[in-house]
Amino acid sequence: MHKKQFSTPPRRVALFVTCMVDMIYPEVGMATAELLERHGVEVVFPYEQTCCGQPAFNAGYRDEARLLAHRFIEIFEPFLQQGLVDAIVVPSGSCATMVSHFYAAALFEEATDTAVRQRAEALAAVTFELTEFLVDVLGVTTTNSRFAGKLTYHACCHLLRELKIDEQPRQLLAAIEGAEMVELTGAEECCGFGGLFALKNANISTAMGQRKTRHLAESGADVVALCDVSCMTHINGLLSRQAQRCRAVHIAEVLNSQVDVAVAPPTVAPSAPEKRSRRWQDQKTK
Amino acid sequence: MTTSVIDLHAPYKERVADALNNKHLKTALNRSTVRMSAQRISAMGAVDGQTLRNQVRQMKEHVIANLPDLLEQLESNIQANGGQVHWAQDGAEVNRIVLEIARKANVQKVIKSKSMATEEVHLNDALEAAGMQVVETDLGEYIIQLNHEPPSHIVAPVIHRRLEDIAQIMQDKLDMPPTLDPEVMCAVARVKLREEFLKADMGVSGCNFAIAETGTICTVTNEGNGRMTSGMPRVYVVIMGIEKIVPTPEDAFLQYQALCRSATGQNFSVYLSMTSSPRQPGDADGPEEFHVVLLDNGRTDMLEKGYGEALMCIRCGACLNVCPVYREIGGHAYGSTYSGPIGAVISPILHTDVTNSEKLPHASTLCGACREACPVKIDLPRLLLDLRSDQVQAEQGSWFDKVAMQGFVQTMTSRARYENAGKLASVGSNLLAGLTGGNIKFMPPPLTAWTNSRNFPPFAKHSFRELWQERTSRRKEISGERTTPPAP
Ligand code: SF4
Repeated sequence: MHKKQFSTPPRRVALFVTCMVDMIYPEVGMATAELLERHGVEVVFPYEQTCCGQPAFNAGYRDEARLLAHRFIEIFEPFLQQGLVDAIVVPSGSCATMVSHFYAAALFEEATDTAVRQRAEALAAVTFELTEFLVDVLGVTTTNSRFAGKLTYHACCHLLRELKIDEQPRQLLAAIEGAEMVELTGAEECCGFGGLFALKNANISTAMGQRKTRHLAESGADVVALCDVSCMTHINGLLSRQAQRCRAVHIAEVLNSQVDVAVAPPTVAPSAPEKRSRRWQDQKTK
Repeated sequence: MTTSVIDLHAPYKERVADALNNKHLKTALNRSTVRMSAQRISAMGAVDGQTLRNQVRQMKEHVIANLPDLLEQLESNIQANGGQVHWAQDGAEVNRIVLEIARKANVQKVIKSKSMATEEVHLNDALEAAGMQVVETDLGEYIIQLNHEPPSHIVAPVIHRRLEDIAQIMQDKLDMPPTLDPEVMCAVARVKLREEFLKADMGVSGCNFAIAETGTICTVTNEGNGRMTSGMPRVYVVIMGIEKIVPTPEDAFLQYQALCRSATGQNFSVYLSMTSSPRQPGDADGPEEFHVVLLDNGRTDMLEKGYGEALMCIRCGACLNVCPVYREIGGHAYGSTYSGPIGAVISPILHTDVTNSEKLPHASTLCGACREACPVKIDLPRLLLDLRSDQVQAEQGSWFDKVAMQGFVQTMTSRARYENAGKLASVGSNLLAGLTGGNIKFMPPPLTAWTNSRNFPPFAKHSFRELWQERTSRRKEISGERTTPPAP
């Protein structure tokens, strides 16, 4: 993966917000945009964008993924070519991996799709995950954020092992004022989400996730920051089912000082099956 | 009582459920996998681990690219040394060959040193069916043989058992007095095994690597049983997968380094046994007959189908130890001789009969921990992705998946459809969430698989794009000018 070296820092970026953030967590998208703006970068949002195709690709549906990849290139490429933006920023390690790694590496063959592959490679060179962009491209060392409480970090798999991004988010989190960083055992272990894996192998996925939430409870953290809303959904899905106090928050929101742990999350009673009166049954047993 | 045994031929779902419900299995796996991973990391860290990995990778790439030539070189060198080489296309052929060797040599008793290849072809069953007695001599293998179980790990066959379980098995089967002292347990096994070694007519082992240039078979053990198996009986038979070959002695030591450090975190194993020929005139001991059976059983298919990278595997087990899925379910749930990430890749291609092997490529989150641990840098997640894609190409995916994927792509290829779907999901999910106080706790099948154990958040009332549009127009109003460039 060859990343473009900018001689002058980019002033404008296109935000690929990802479909999950768009539809489920718009606040993460807003935090991402504001964070970028605070560092002097103007954010452009191409409205045609939908999904990068990762779910189809991971499930083995490459033709379908190729369609979406192609669509993605068609949408974002003109912004770059016309000089409207200098880079693409993604607040997700796995979607950034899809665009900046798998498009060129797996979807467009060198021999048969030479042209598209080259376009994919050109796009990959300017596609950055959020923290990667902040630290490596903009040279940010602190986001001047505040957080009152215990904070820890979960390293999402694609971010860590495909993009090799780890220092960047950790560095930004460590620079947060007021945050007490606590150690998370197995911070680099998968949370068990894995896309369709969470449904197809739901019980293994849950067991893996429970290991994660157990470690989170042991860490004493109020918030675990991470760089992917899919893992966040999985971890929070378990934490809230278990009525744990800790919650997973996307790093953009943490860095944008939007997380207040003084306000405890609404405690949800562990979901014991509701007892309904079942008259017909009562009658029968009489 | 020891815990129940997972039935390898049960459907995948059952095997997994049995594994997850087995508390002792969980304890055993937690104890061993984490420790073995830590040992590997420290042993690889003690040398320049990255360089070692790069060198092994290079060597294995060379091996895979020159496999036929190297195999012929190995064959002619073994023959020149007085050994015999047999080529076996599949498991049935291996068994036929070995039975024939045994029959000619009038073999009654067989001792074995740990070998995954013989597990793959079920050689023990074949030998026993022909009336021979077969004894495993690796301690772990010996224990599971006593308990009639298959190995659950490439390197540590009895990893699925806690020390307590093992002690129980030995008490039950060997009349061992109650103890949890590993040294006492070893001593009991050693006495029993010593008798077996002395009485055996034939020794059978696998092969960690064979050196083409010298025609040498190398086995790596910590108990010395490999040496006894190759050296004591009249006949010595090696079963080796055709990929277990290295060009030169230097390469052998390269692989040996990577293997010991990655498998058990040792700098060197306690024993490295090398056999190049049968007993020569003047030798004090050694087998009268030396046979090497080269096993294909789907390995050339792997090359042809584009999975040659998986043939670089040196069977160190590191990818199993770090795999978060293996750590939860152990080896037997895979239903195959080979488990963990590498097992999920090769089991569907090897010619073995694995129940629901098509599920194995999906038994992974693609987290990549295996690739990071692998001393040969095999890109296991990528191979799993390729297998999934091949299934779809061959129309082997489920009908449901296909329809779902088509719907998904339909939606995602149009902005209007995507936005409408989002609105619909927002209304629907908020209704569901409203019922259960903010989070969705129940979704209809197949999504129940999620909500059985996990909550799901409702979709946002207003999507990011809606909020962004609003924000942009508000800004325009305030400043009276555009702040974003026009869309092309
Ligand atoms: S795939 Fe790599 S890590 Fe796994 S057993 Fe083979 S060599 Fe070891």
